[in-house]
Amino acid sequence: MTNNLNSFKTLRLQGVGRNFGALNVLKDLTLEVRRGEFIALLGPSGCGKSTALNCIAGLLPTTRGSIWLDERRIDTLGAEDRGFGMVFQNYALFPHMTVRQNIGFGLKMRGVAKAEAEPRIDKALATVRLESQAAKLPGQLSGGQQQRVAIARAIVVEPPLVLMDEPLSNLDAKLRLEMRQEIRRIHAGLGSVTLYVTHDQDEALSLADRIVVLRDGEIRQVGTPEDLYARPATLDVADFMGFRNRIAGVVTAQSGATVTLDVGGVALTGMTHGAVVGVGGNAVAAIRPDDMVAVGDGGDGLPAIVEAIEYRGRDYFGQARGPGDSELFFRSGVKLGIGAPVRLGAEPGKVLVFTGSST
Amino acid sequence: MSIAVDDEHISTRMRLRARGWDGVTLLILPAVALMLGLFIYPFLYGFWLSFQPKAGSLFANYARFFADPYLYETVAKTLWIAVPVTLLNLLAAIPVAFRVRLMQRQRWLTTLLVLPITLGTVLVAEGLLNYLGPQGWLNRTLMLFGIISSPVKLLHNYWGVFLSLVITGFPFTFLLTLSYVTGIDPALEQAAATLGAKAASRFRHIFLPLLVPGLAITFCLSFVQAFSVFPSAVLLGAPAGPTRVISIAAYQAAFEEYDYSLASAIAMIMGFIQLAIVGGVLALRGLFYRGPAGGGKG
Ligand SMILES: Nc1ncnc2c1ncn2[C@@H]1O[C@H](COP(=O)(O)OP(=O)(O)OP(=O)(O)O)[C@@H](O)[C@H]1O
Ligand SMILES: [Mg+2]
Repeated sequence: MTNNLNSFKTLRLQGVGRNFGALNVLKDLTLEVRRGEFIALLGPSGCGKSTALNCIAGLLPTTRGSIWLDERRIDTLGAEDRGFGMVFQNYALFPHMTVRQNIGFGLKMRGVAKAEAEPRIDKALATVRLESQAAKLPGQLSGGQQQRVAIARAIVVEPPLVLMDEPLSNLDAKLRLEMRQEIRRIHAGLGSVTLYVTHDQDEALSLADRIVVLRDGEIRQVGTPEDLYARPATLDVADFMGFRNRIAGVVTAQSGATVTLDVGGVALTGMTHGAVVGVGGNAVAAIRPDDMVAVGDGGDGLPAIVEAIEYRGRDYFGQARGPGDSELFFRSGVKLGIGAPVRLGAEPGKVLVFTGSST
Repeated sequence: MSIAVDDEHISTRMRLRARGWDGVTLLILPAVALMLGLFIYPFLYGFWLSFQPKAGSLFANYARFFADPYLYETVAKTLWIAVPVTLLNLLAAIPVAFRVRLMQRQRWLTTLLVLPITLGTVLVAEGLLNYLGPQGWLNRTLMLFGIISSPVKLLHNYWGVFLSLVITGFPFTFLLTLSYVTGIDPALEQAAATLGAKAASRFRHIFLPLLVPGLAITFCLSFVQAFSVFPSAVLLGAPAGPTRVISIAAYQAAFEEYDYSLASAIAMIMGFIQLAIVGGVLALRGLFYRGPAGGGKG
């Protein structure tokens, strides 16, 4: 049964939903993933990422919808018959087994002979850099080491679908970068589908072929990293992709995709990718702190007072109080004094305009 | 100079603390006093008394016990009741605990099960006398439906004691087992499932090894309870025959023969057997993993 599942072309989620009591945690998840794709599931804490993963793995029954591998419906199968690899958010290592036994468990359950299993375990240990820890119990490992054991345990059986729930959350910056590459490499080697849950946009952008942005249990946008980075479809997604500045204004002019807003008497020009906003309507401009720069006093930027400034290597990043008591986040090449007046602006190409009023 | 003295003072305190001795340690003093007064002293007194026989040498009581079949056979008779009852309770408790672990309304069931414990063995024995007797409901019902033609004898023999120990012992065993079963992180079972383990393998490779230490403790506590059976062995059993358990022998020595020394010796033998079995079980337990049954630090 598992063998048939190994060679699928597409994984399809059809209106998958899950309730906890009256709480609708996952709403109509519909998604099609081709074999070989690396999908990142990106969303804030509590948006239903783990729930979605558990439903796909077969650990939580779905309330609605169906899951398909090609023409085969799998949401009726138990987790053990799906044979997907899963890296749990809380690792779920077997506390009474050594690292080696933990990693070998899946192979043992599949009846792989010892002579074949041993080299595969060794390889998995090397992949996650834990050769020297093989004989330890999980309780004797650090959080980051445990996390890597969980990764090794899931991938050693070479599953056709790998589900990872924030697998790198506990690693230091350097190891995280290394493991990212390692995970990409493992993915390419298995030729499988990887569903990777994270709330770190950097991780999603660097790893995924496509990103699924989840919020309140709903898919808000699906697209390539480039797509999402440059053209988030909604203000929510923009917020998640690092557009920290949201500036409310009234549309004064529009020609094609170029829109000009009036923000407390100052003009701000940006682009819209979505619906035509309409002159006189309310709109919100979203700008990354990186693109929001001091244009020098007397320029045509938004007037603001610096409230905080910090050095982040290369540049200073600050927070300022702008028109209508708005909070603005900006970048500056020089250190500005607290309380100093600045004028902040951004190139029109870096300003995204969305219909509606800011909340 | 004074600094040096201070240094020494602090380092003594630090050294004590590093060994686990600090102000909090004082809180165990009442418990220690209670233990000394109610447990250690009577034990030592009984131990001393058992070597003061009415007649004969120092070991006369022990020699008499192991020479007289009427006495030494009580050991086998007690074990013959206590061990099967404990094992049965334990084996029955495990599947029930696994089922109850998933239930929403555990509290009702728990309350229901705690009742026999709070009622006490004597009340349960009285109930059983009425229920299982030749004129009891069970026999009358069975006869009414023609399943049996004459009453089954379930009282004043081995099975009367057996049943009463199951009834009073099961809730205790079950509640203890349940707490061990629910202490295992459900994510471990899920992880095993995603790795392809079927239900039986998950039980064998994940649950069982993690449960064994807890089950060993449960066995010991349940066994000690069953081993010191007295009221039901008298009320429901055949105290002169197959259910003449060791506590009956001790009781008769003390209150029928007024030989407190022999009674003490029997109590010591009883304690030694329990200690040997509990010690053996705990030693076996030491071979298993005994850390927390959680899946990680997340
Ligand atoms: N067993 C449960 N019973 C009730 N509510 C639950 C249960 N499990 C999860 N939830 C709720 O479902 C929502 C989604 O939970 P989920 O664990 O999927 O979040 P998540 O996106 O993985 O968050 P995080 O990034 O913090 O891990 C949360 O609001 C949570 O409170
Ligand atoms: Mg989660």
